Amino acid sequence: MNTTTTEAAAPAVAERTPQLMLVEGNEAAALGVALARPDMVAVYPITPQTSLVEKLAKLIADGGMDADIVDAEGEHSVLSVLQGSALAGGRTYTATCGPGLAFMFEPYFRTSGMRLPMVMTIVTRDGITPQSVWGGHQDAMTVREAGWIQIYCETVQEVLDTTVMAFRLAEHHDVMLPVNVCLDGNYLSYGASRVEMPDQAEVDDFMGRKDVNWHVALDPLRPMAVDPLTGGSGGTGPETFVRYRRGQCAGMKNALRVITELHEDWARRFGDSHRFAPLVEEYRLDDAEYAIMTLGSMTGAAKDAIDEARAAGEKVGLIKIKTFSPFPVEALKHALRDVRALGVVDRSVNFRWNCGPMFQETLGVLYRLGRQLPAQSFIGGLAGADLTVATFHRVIAETRALLERPAADEPVWLNAKD
Amino acid sequence: MYEVRIHGRGGQGAVLAAQLLATALVFDGKYAVSIPAFGFERRGAPVVSFIRASEAPIRQLTNIYTPDCIICVDPTLARTVDIFAGLKPGGAMVQATSRPLEEVAVADTVGTVGLCDAVRIATEIFGRPITNTLMLGAFARTTGQVSLAALKKVIEQSDFRHAGLAQNLTALERGYEETTVHTLERRITA
Repeated sequence: MNTTTTEAAAPAVAERTPQLMLVEGNEAAALGVALARPDMVAVYPITPQTSLVEKLAKLIADGGMDADIVDAEGEHSVLSVLQGSALAGGRTYTATCGPGLAFMFEPYFRTSGMRLPMVMTIVTRDGITPQSVWGGHQDAMTVREAGWIQIYCETVQEVLDTTVMAFRLAEHHDVMLPVNVCLDGNYLSYGASRVEMPDQAEVDDFMGRKDVNWHVALDPLRPMAVDPLTGGSGGTGPETFVRYRRGQCAGMKNALRVITELHEDWARRFGDSHRFAPLVEEYRLDDAEYAIMTLGSMTGAAKDAIDEARAAGEKVGLIKIKTFSPFPVEALKHALRDVRALGVVDRSVNFRWNCGPMFQETLGVLYRLGRQLPAQSFIGGLAGADLTVATFHRVIAETRALLERPAADEPVWLNAKD
Repeated sequence: MYEVRIHGRGGQGAVLAAQLLATALVFDGKYAVSIPAFGFERRGAPVVSFIRASEAPIRQLTNIYTPDCIICVDPTLARTVDIFAGLKPGGAMVQATSRPLEEVAVADTVGTVGLCDAVRIATEIFGRPITNTLMLGAFARTTGQVSLAALKKVIEQSDFRHAGLAQNLTALERGYEETTVHTLERRITA
């Protein structure tokens, strides 16, 4: 394995012409991984992630990326291979979705418990059954209680940039948690857009010296046990286990600050076309009476709908969640400060509350805000369904109606045949 | 914003054509997005792909329902698929066909028609009816929305190699040169 240290490169050249390319979301993720110079990549292909790992395999085979790649026999092994690599000090990466994510659940939970800084792209795919290989957030939402940071991307450029930042986030000493970069299957994974390719030397400077695993390392000269057996009412008792959980929660809390700092550093180095709201984006909210809330690639069409509604005199704004886990409570409280009605669009289902997962999380924020706010859950874009500008005009109209009447206790199913 | 929908059959390269066209638009200095429609594509089945182009950044990552132009890379497809669905009034149609304009089905919404005998030309060049790069040349000729130079640059920088590269460059140029463009008098207003 390559464990060489990445030396800081020369300072960036101020005047430069950005390299413009047309790339798919999947390809952008692979290019972002290559820029971050991981040591070990392990993969198992699955739709709609396949072209991402094909691109990585090609980059490595063609010499464009100095990493080892393991084509494992299944996703459980993929993550187990990477855990060994991370324990040995390697920078590690994989990508999966849907059934693949389900199959790696046991090592998935262990990765965050062992505080292994790993990056995994989830090319989000809807849950089975019934069968579907198309986009939806159900896979990523289903594992939101497993201790991984989860960040959702809106654009292809954001996929590329966020993927690089995710490695520094995961490895930050105040965080030390694995990171999922979530990109929507179909519309973002196969959607090709114009992007500006960051310069490798400037990315090397951003990444700094590689220091992946300083806290628990496989070292023959310093043998140590990892993942100890804990708990029970006797014996070792629960103290060690509780210490792990508290530490994970502290890392999550710190991540909110570190994500914000990293986005600021990145935008300062690479310019405004690389500037993204780190936690919550407020779009045309300043004098908004009501707002809609989005996640992922649906946001582009929603912003176009907001612009059209604004042009028609509607006082409506948009709130985009980028960082979903840890949930950006304070940033969302700020966004909601003057809003009098809210519509939340989810691309997955919270079966317990009969609403979308982001809607349910937002209810907790409203409690912290201390305000009774009429809020409506919308569920759409399941199994690859298209969320268009027209869809968002419906969301805007139904949210506006909440200024005059209470919200329904049922979600609005956007792609249903009523 | 200019929106294009490409109709083809699985295996004819409609998705690749969309990516090549979007890349050429980027080379022309525009913003561009290409998105394939999603289904279990198989060889011969009807497929579509979409391209958006704009002078400003494009935010919508969705399918296209009201295109400014349709490109149909297969001469028989219009019999089974409503290729004109949602076409904006006065929009353009770029059709692979050996027939003259009078014998081609053209919806009332169409304002400009580009016709290219792409199957015959492709058979001469490739020995097979690979029409996608030809029809990109036909699109450039019909609409002027993309430069032939940018399309050439895309093909030169793509994964085409050796004979395939030369053949596709020839196909692009012949598609451009051998397309007849008709402006129709009848126009439907919105």
